[in-house]
Amino acid sequence: MRYLPKSPAERDQMLEAIGAQSIDDLFSRIPERYRLQAPLKLPGPYSEAEIVRYFSERARENSVGYSSFLGAGVYNHLRSVVTDTIIQRGEFLTSYTPYQAEISQGTLQAIFEFQTLLCQLTGQEVANASMWDGSTATTEAVLMAERLTRRRRILVGRSVHPQYRDVLRTYAKSSTLEIEEIPFGADGTINQGSLESQIRDDVAAVVAQSPNFLGAIEDIPALAKTTHSPGALLIVAVTEGVSLGLVRPPADADIVALEGQSFGLPPSYGGPFLGVIATREKFVRQMPGRLVGQTVDTDGRRGFVLTLAAREQHIRREKATSNICTNQALCALAATVHLSLLGKQGLRELAHQNLSKAQFALAKLTEIPGVRRPFGAPFFNEFTVALPRPVEDVNRQLLGEGIIGALPLEPLYPELANHGLLCVTEATSRGEIEKLATALRAALAAVQVEA
Amino acid sequence: MAYPWNYRYTKDHEWIEVEDGLGTIGLTDYAQGQLGDIVFVELPKSGDWLEAGKPLGTVESVKAANEIYAPVSGEVVEINSALQDAPEKINADPHGDGWLVKVRLKNPAEMNDLMDAPAYETYVTGPGREESAR
Amino acid sequence: MSDKITKATRHVSQNEGLIFEKSSPGKRAFDLPSLDVPPVDPQEVLGDRHRGEGVAGFPEVSEIEVVRHFTRLSTWNYAIDLGMYPLGSCTMKYNPRVNEFIARLDGISTEHPLQPSELSQGCLKILELLEDCLREITGMDAVTLQPAAGAQGELTGLLLIRAYLESQGDPRKTVLIPDSAHGTNPASAVIAGYRIENIQSDSRGQIDLAKLRERVTEDVAALMITNPSTLGVFEQRISDIAEALHSRGALLYMDGANMNALAGITRPGDFGVDVMHLNLHKTFSTPHGGGGPGAGPVAMKKILEPFRPIPVLIGKRNGELALEENRPQSIGRVKAFSGNFGVLARALAYILAYGPGIRQATEDAVLNANYIRKRLEDVFDLPYDLPSMHEVVFSDAWQKATGVNTMDIAKRLIDYGFHPYTTAFPLIVPGAMMIEPTESESKEECDLFVEAMRAIAREASSNRELVKQAPHTTRVGRLDEVTAARKPILRWKGTDHSAA
Repeated sequence: MRYLPKSPAERDQMLEAIGAQSIDDLFSRIPERYRLQAPLKLPGPYSEAEIVRYFSERARENSVGYSSFLGAGVYNHLRSVVTDTIIQRGEFLTSYTPYQAEISQGTLQAIFEFQTLLCQLTGQEVANASMWDGSTATTEAVLMAERLTRRRRILVGRSVHPQYRDVLRTYAKSSTLEIEEIPFGADGTINQGSLESQIRDDVAAVVAQSPNFLGAIEDIPALAKTTHSPGALLIVAVTEGVSLGLVRPPADADIVALEGQSFGLPPSYGGPFLGVIATREKFVRQMPGRLVGQTVDTDGRRGFVLTLAAREQHIRREKATSNICTNQALCALAATVHLSLLGKQGLRELAHQNLSKAQFALAKLTEIPGVRRPFGAPFFNEFTVALPRPVEDVNRQLLGEGIIGALPLEPLYPELANHGLLCVTEATSRGEIEKLATALRAALAAVQVEA
Repeated sequence: MAYPWNYRYTKDHEWIEVEDGLGTIGLTDYAQGQLGDIVFVELPKSGDWLEAGKPLGTVESVKAANEIYAPVSGEVVEINSALQDAPEKINADPHGDGWLVKVRLKNPAEMNDLMDAPAYETYVTGPGREESAR
Repeated sequence: MSDKITKATRHVSQNEGLIFEKSSPGKRAFDLPSLDVPPVDPQEVLGDRHRGEGVAGFPEVSEIEVVRHFTRLSTWNYAIDLGMYPLGSCTMKYNPRVNEFIARLDGISTEHPLQPSELSQGCLKILELLEDCLREITGMDAVTLQPAAGAQGELTGLLLIRAYLESQGDPRKTVLIPDSAHGTNPASAVIAGYRIENIQSDSRGQIDLAKLRERVTEDVAALMITNPSTLGVFEQRISDIAEALHSRGALLYMDGANMNALAGITRPGDFGVDVMHLNLHKTFSTPHGGGGPGAGPVAMKKILEPFRPIPVLIGKRNGELALEENRPQSIGRVKAFSGNFGVLARALAYILAYGPGIRQATEDAVLNANYIRKRLEDVFDLPYDLPSMHEVVFSDAWQKATGVNTMDIAKRLIDYGFHPYTTAFPLIVPGAMMIEPTESESKEECDLFVEAMRAIAREASSNRELVKQAPHTTRVGRLDEVTAARKPILRWKGTDHSAA
């Protein structure tokens, strides 16, 4: 087997050195009746070429060649080949968590840079590296708020990603947390009046997402004001990090839970992505996840180490701030490289292209009779549209034109029948947007003819 | 380091000195030696109630986190706020400057359950001390 | 450098500051295609309230500087690609490059998790085949691929147990965990809402069956066991342990962190385990990447299947695969979207490369650990002497007399060109030296490691300070972790005037 570096003779030499008659001797503690007598029924062994062929065949059974307008927490952005080249260097790819600082300075310094970049992006003072994804980061942020406030009620905007809310509910079921939802108003953002009537001094945290699941940008300073008055903490989830290139960062939030997939990570059918928690320095001891700190060595040279580890499970066990151990370190490195490449100008231009293309797409689509945007709040690169027909029906026709259309919202929000969520990024060409508009116009017209 | 004769000691390595119903609580020299360089200490707030034998806070070194147990029950009247910025005081002067909290004792009789200095010294230097170290 | 050190030689490495320190206004490393729609005015579109000022402090550098920066940083790391990485409990094995290649194919990395299932059949078939393979390897009835990492697998497994027991009208509140367990076990159990009871290992480091029987009350939901244990020893009475739990209505959870000792040899499903997680980034070779990403699938017996987290992979009547969300008995969703798919695809590529031959990998892993044990047992103390599986745990007891501890020996190993073993774990071994070579090491590499360890053992008595001050050949010496924790500096503040 090509991954195994031993000849039969070497195996025999080693067995002899051990004093074993055969390899089976080394497994003698496993009761005989539990030892497999027949080989496992697994496909393979495959050569490298056969592995590539198997996955290439599977790839062809997917959506290659389609134009997609899906976002909803997973975004299709351009990525430089530099990012993938760097993260495939064996020294990054095949190293472990940097516990041995003297021979892990590469990973440690990169994480320190990542923490800095994320603080700059979110307007917060400290960022960890990392959580599993945006959904678990949001849940961990809530658990952190519970520890900080010693309160148990959590108010979550219905405009927060439905799957993020699902994950929070799963974790809450086995805790004493009480989850309540806050409705969204006519403009698509959290209804301030509802929030004001629901919030009391037993609320640990208010959770908002911005831009929210429906695409609308939440009024973070206003939410912060209402949330802070009874001493609750504001948690802001960010699923589309590119928005921070133009949209005011959630600096008024107490905890930011960010999904970093937009920073150099492919959609990859849902993972691996990159969760981050950013917060204020005074909350750092209640923060979950790994942190790298700057220090000096015995000769006074700058160096980096994992720090504040006494929060973590390998030291505090059942009293740890989280059970997280393996995280998304290589994804954090990808984000660090990607953001370094983008730089200050690149990030702003990237955000501007997303904003411009989404505005262009909305204008094109709302020219079609019966198509409108129901919510008035500003948006970044995603927006909700209302169609005169069920979105699923329209999508079936769009698929015939090679287009993956809007995400149907009715299964997630029963009151949003015939509503769909569309996303347009810098990777979407004008031609694709125009093709969508043409196809949508035709799909809707066809029905009128049928009717 | 000598263990002050007028202090009383717990099996979990806290000390308490009581004057006029007011107790000062700290960690023993043995405890700080076992923990190594202390990097952080979390203390209750003034006005919090302590219950004998229950955790009153935590102390962290680089590679460990341990609970601090209340030697007696009572109300916290003062905390050593200097430890927030300088937890190393616990290493440097555990029986003095490195004190943790002051409490108004609820039940002074609880003092009778604690060890005096000679008993504690035997406890930490005698056989079986490895097992009792936290 | 000592002439005893044959594996490594010093060489120059480049100094490099922080990326922010290379920044100068106007430099750039990335160009977008020109905008093909009319540009909008952000002020007008977003309004005053939402428009940001741009990110202060972001670096402005060129592409060559980015490439050099991260390449230089990379050379400061040790890695499996450079040599043996014998971290016990971490299973640092070779990460085949073809797995990286297939995960990046168009049609694999490009797929959106919410796209229609008829356009996702390729991804779904990958998930289906991986589920089949993991069921076969573990001997279990069902698998969920959702959990993002081992610790989330633990949580998921415990939530399955909880849901099952509640459905039986028998909710229980306690989970038993041996003192030798990974820290994630108790941390996960607390999140799952359980009270923890620690159980002490017996004098040989095994579960004390008689004591366990006393502890399994009607309030005990499960025992979380690691098998082989963190001492690298197989729990010989595993089926009796399972019986002790099952007879009182409790379930047996297995932490599959050490599956690299079992794959192809024996199956947890056959020896009484009800539910377990697998660390795909350990046994199934997906790269550790400096700490992640991983994946923590959970394999389970039939009784737990109805409670699997959503989405659940199903076959539709028309023969197509789909992810089902509507599962009334499910514990809910543990992570957004469909698992760490890119990691799952890599693990499947690994399994396909071996097929049934995965048994040979297990045999080689166990062979390497036993070979190293045999060749070191006269110079290092072996506190628990039961036969080793894929890892061996020594202690520093014989060196401690000279003032040299496990951490010193670990640091000195760096000078010899090796990554250290795991120190200070498991907690039941004071001064632990936990060595897991994996199957990826040749006899030559194992011999070099043995010689390095033997040389350090000699140095511990002949040249104590050399070991105490190690490492001597790295870019930086031992770092001041105490100041780092007392006065944390967690981000660069060089020109961050806005934070003042």
